[in-house]
Amino acid sequence: MANTFRGGAHPDAQKNATSHKPIEELKAAGIVVLPVSMHTGATCDPIVKLGDIVDLGQKIADSSAFISAPVHATVSGKIIAIEPRLHPNGLKTTTIVIQNDYEDRLHPSIKPRDYEHLTGDELIGIIREAGIVGHGGAAFPTHVKIKSGIGKVNSLIINAAECEPYITSDHRILLEHADEVVGGITILMKIFGLNEATIGIETNKQDAIPVLKEAIGGRQDIKIFPLKPKYPQGAEKQLISVITGREVPSGALPADVGAAVFNVDTCGAVYRAVSQGIPMMRRVVTVSGSAIANPKNLDVRIGTPLEKLIEATGGFKEEPNKVLMGGPMMGVAQFSLEVPVIKGTNAILAFSDEEGKHIRSTSCIRCGKCVNACPMNLVPTYLYLYSENEKLEECERYGVLDCIECGACNYECPARLYLVQSFRMAKQRILEARRK
Amino acid sequence: MIELKKVIVTSSPHIRNENDTRSIMIDVIIALLPALALGTFVFGPRALTITTVSVISAVFFEWFYQKLLKKPSTIGDCSAVVTGILLAYNLPVTAPLWLPIIGTGFAVILVKQLYGGIGKNFMNPALAARAFLFSWPVIMTTWVKPHTALPLFVTPVDVVTAATPLAQMKFSQTLPDVTVLEMALGQIGGCLGETSALALLAGGLYLLYRRVITPRIPVAYIGTVAALTYFFPRGNDPFLWMSYSVLGGGLMLGAIFMATDYSSSPVTKTGQWIFGIGCGLITVFIRYFGSYSEGVSYSILVMNATVWIIDKYSKPLKFGYVRKKRGADSK
Repeated sequence: MANTFRGGAHPDAQKNATSHKPIEELKAAGIVVLPVSMHTGATCDPIVKLGDIVDLGQKIADSSAFISAPVHATVSGKIIAIEPRLHPNGLKTTTIVIQNDYEDRLHPSIKPRDYEHLTGDELIGIIREAGIVGHGGAAFPTHVKIKSGIGKVNSLIINAAECEPYITSDHRILLEHADEVVGGITILMKIFGLNEATIGIETNKQDAIPVLKEAIGGRQDIKIFPLKPKYPQGAEKQLISVITGREVPSGALPADVGAAVFNVDTCGAVYRAVSQGIPMMRRVVTVSGSAIANPKNLDVRIGTPLEKLIEATGGFKEEPNKVLMGGPMMGVAQFSLEVPVIKGTNAILAFSDEEGKHIRSTSCIRCGKCVNACPMNLVPTYLYLYSENEKLEECERYGVLDCIECGACNYECPARLYLVQSFRMAKQRILEARRK
Repeated sequence: MIELKKVIVTSSPHIRNENDTRSIMIDVIIALLPALALGTFVFGPRALTITTVSVISAVFFEWFYQKLLKKPSTIGDCSAVVTGILLAYNLPVTAPLWLPIIGTGFAVILVKQLYGGIGKNFMNPALAARAFLFSWPVIMTTWVKPHTALPLFVTPVDVVTAATPLAQMKFSQTLPDVTVLEMALGQIGGCLGETSALALLAGGLYLLYRRVITPRIPVAYIGTVAALTYFFPRGNDPFLWMSYSVLGGGLMLGAIFMATDYSSSPVTKTGQWIFGIGCGLITVFIRYFGSYSEGVSYSILVMNATVWIIDKYSKPLKFGYVRKKRGADSK
């Protein structure tokens, strides 16, 4: 079987700065900042009041909507503000601010449990209450993905591709917490009623493969599927097609072709929630890039302001030109270090002049490199022509809504066009027009 | 609080491949150099003079046009240099020095800039200029014997000419009286940069290695010409007939450097195969049935005009779609 997809790009992996550095625990911040929306889906409402004293792991915001995930206190302490604050997405969102009392007083709900006898529905309930969302980046609520997939899914895929340059958090988790990952996979297999799971891992993480094998032990039901390092190998649709040979139809979900994909650390979070009752409170975050003095993989409490992460890595060695949450291919540029680490954060990157500089676009020369790079088989050359000229009907015909915004075309473009930006605008306009 | 004093916020992705338009054009120039070296060896230093005049005038016209219209200058992207070199390669070495000046003026201003500059021209500028320069048919078809001493600047007169191998093949329907090796090394009459198949191939390999071009168009083009001439030979030895046909004329220069011109060739993979095959078909058609022994330039120009339609109907099947049957509802 082919172990890669068609198209894609080969950005320099840049992972050596942190791939050998063990995960370091970052001391809890004095003040943590928790937006009520850190996931894809309905925004939560605060269920605590100003002045309340909360425990570590206590639920502080929830929603009755199906597609949503509750938020938990990541320190014990006092609620000192519930107000709109800057979110990493660049907008202001209702945010619960907790002053840390440094007692780390555990909420009574957090205790180890005997989970062997629990039913699938009970397990899903635990995952939902723990506020777990996909750790890969899109932060889609995990319980929703499981629920909508039960009965359809016959292929459980674990995403350990980590194809974005610089990021090594999943790699380190595999090396240091493979047992939790395997534990989570086992729980997911039980919920789905499957007796097989496949871990897709890029071969640039060779050292993690024996560690994983050891954690799997003699079991035959969890397979390791080596993938060629190429971007975007970890994109859900591409990963499914490589491992199962099935293409997710346009507009459909992975479950429609019988597949469900979970990030490695999502599995770890599922294991911690089910076996120890720990809700989603932490993330392993790679802090790297040319402006960072001492790149690291940090174990960070969600809600920690980015400033603390920068301080923990020795501050900026040069004034950064760009600060990103996420990888360089799909990450979101930040303009303030007040914003917190949220549930979908896997990396904070800071670039100095060379990498961060703004590049002026020239004319499209029709070289077709974008066409070769597009993993969705689109023709970005013409899509760009149409999106720039606001020909939305043609954009739709050329499949702009199928664009996964991976940025491979944009990376390859010798004319330095901002292709993805243009496609995002076209998508927005088309979706707006549909809503009307 | 650590302040972010000079950060910029842009849409992802935030990194770029190191290759830009300029570096690609420089790669093309590098790939064209072996042919210039051989052209200079075969036709003497006058080949260098013609190429230099052509390059300088091409860059001048681009600069001049943009200056005149107060547009930002794009001479830095080196695409005009490529046009200049390609036009020179398509001229006989005996051409007067004003010929490349007129040619590049036509190529850069009429064919390229008036359509909007780099990437917008629908024809290959150098080839369109070459077609235009056939307004001087005698100059354009004077093929000097290789290794003739020529003046550097003055227009040569009364030179000893040699029929090109293709002309021999066309008009006497026999194999030419040069060896295949001589043809591969360009020891024949022809335009100053087109004669050495090996030097052009070396450049082509470099472009493939640097991923400037893909093999699709050259392979489709040369393959089609090879297949047609092998199966429908006009001499009595199909293999030799094919070898001479493939090595002769401007096929290598055309297939590797002209038909692969980004602006005037399709961007889709299927489209590039169709384009290459189309060029091959028309080339052999002209060589066999036209009044002209060479067909490369015109076949590429004809196919240039079909690029939009080829691109339109050769879109790849999008990920997650199935090829729909005729008349079926589109998803």
